[in-house]
Amino acid sequence: MSDSPVDADEVQHVADLARVDLDDSDADEFAAQFADILDYFEALDEVPEVDSDPELVNVMRADEVEEGLSQDEALRNAPETEDGFFKGPSVS
Amino acid sequence: MSSDHSPKDDHNAFVTNARIEGDDDGPLAGRTIAIKDNMSTDGVRTTCGSAMLDDYVPPYNATVVDRVLNAGATMVGKANMDEFAMGGTTETSAFGATENPAAPGRVPGGSSGGSAAAVAAGEADLALGSDTGGSVRNPAAFCGVVGIKPTYGLVSRYGIVAYANSLEQVGPLANTVEDAALLLDVISGPDPNDATTNDGGADSDYAAAADGDVDGLTVGVITDLIEGADDDVVETFQASLDDLEAQGAEITEVSLDSLEHAVQAYYVIAMSEASSNLARFDGVRYGPDTDAEGNWNEQFAAVREEGFGPEVKRRILLGTYALSAGYHDKYYKKAQDARAWVKQDFDSAFEDVDVLASPTMPVVPPKLGESLDDPLQLYLMDANTVPVNLANLPAISVPAGDVDGLPVGCQLIGPKFGEETIIRAASAVEN
Repeated sequence: MSDSPVDADEVQHVADLARVDLDDSDADEFAAQFADILDYFEALDEVPEVDSDPELVNVMRADEVEEGLSQDEALRNAPETEDGFFKGPSVS
Repeated sequence: MSSDHSPKDDHNAFVTNARIEGDDDGPLAGRTIAIKDNMSTDGVRTTCGSAMLDDYVPPYNATVVDRVLNAGATMVGKANMDEFAMGGTTETSAFGATENPAAPGRVPGGSSGGSAAAVAAGEADLALGSDTGGSVRNPAAFCGVVGIKPTYGLVSRYGIVAYANSLEQVGPLANTVEDAALLLDVISGPDPNDATTNDGGADSDYAAAADGDVDGLTVGVITDLIEGADDDVVETFQASLDDLEAQGAEITEVSLDSLEHAVQAYYVIAMSEASSNLARFDGVRYGPDTDAEGNWNEQFAAVREEGFGPEVKRRILLGTYALSAGYHDKYYKKAQDARAWVKQDFDSAFEDVDVLASPTMPVVPPKLGESLDDPLQLYLMDANTVPVNLANLPAISVPAGDVDGLPVGCQLIGPKFGEETIIRAASAVEN
């Protein structure tokens, strides 16, 4: 175990940021596992700074109108819909 | 399509048994194929091994699915997998573990464990898997079949449920190198729907490269990846090198200092990308219908608690942590440096050798239920496969023999677009 700052409260804070509910026993278990894993990640400190040329290039094309999904197809997997729209919970 | 209509096959290799007939003719006519369940199939549910997508039925085909059907293959089922491809044993699937047909009572590897098991059990002639950190090569090695991870961008990812975009590629599994190469011929080539594809495989004839001719080929054994492997595994791997040498290949040793940091870099990058990719699972456009109360954030968090299994939650949380304020430079930026270092190390190694070699997995397949308790130990099992994904390179796993009946794979790594070379070398290993 490291003296990593991750305790159950910190795990709950991150879970809150990631929008995942966790019960207290899961948070305790994750805190112990995260301590091991983050301790292992510590070794990245030894990696030197490396200059690299990114291989990726921008790929541009003109917009073209194509056939897409129908509204029915797009809504087919939604648990709730209303008048052809997705229905979500209230924002606040 | 309901979630409980599928009778289990002997090894639980499939999440859904569904047949889609391919075209009458084409290079794969008459062949059957298993498709990993993270690849969209029009009208056939695609669960990604997760309760989150238990009822999800895609309205379109992934490009690779269109390509294999147009080439004449008939799909016989959606193959089981670790949930969202996160795992190396297929035990994190919400639909139960898959058993290894080549090693009863043991895991088939993962995350494409159902794909490899389907081929090994004879349930399908061919299979498609996806490889983000070894998820094609690992189960190929454990099940005693052939699996290829192509050069990044060789194969379209359009219609694949994303886990870590910068690392993953779709790859073929088959009983022989030639069949795997033929399937790669079918799926490779540019796709306007995936801007990261290139034309490296546009007019390929990979199958023709499976000619076993390794006379004069130089093979560099990566000593760093031998050190952490079990002795029995190394012995079996060594025998396949001797075999290559007897056929005219020259065997040398290579050491790559950066590889010490590959697993750390891989997991930081993969988890970070996963935490962003999996934000889409909010229970609104798809996902379970829960009774959760409260506002958007509260309902979102409740759906995600219910829909995701422990390993997926672990990776989302660790990825969120690694990208959060104050930690980004410490973890994510250093991981990107390590990735660039690994690439440079491979590039210099390929100035001296044609292919690099290592055991695909450092161990034999673990027993079912043996390895899930300690996530870090499972991550370390990926030491030999993740460097290839970090460097965007092609690699193949080919059966090297066995340890007391348990399959061992030999991994051959090529330079960018070196698919023909690794296919040629692998076909000599299987001779």
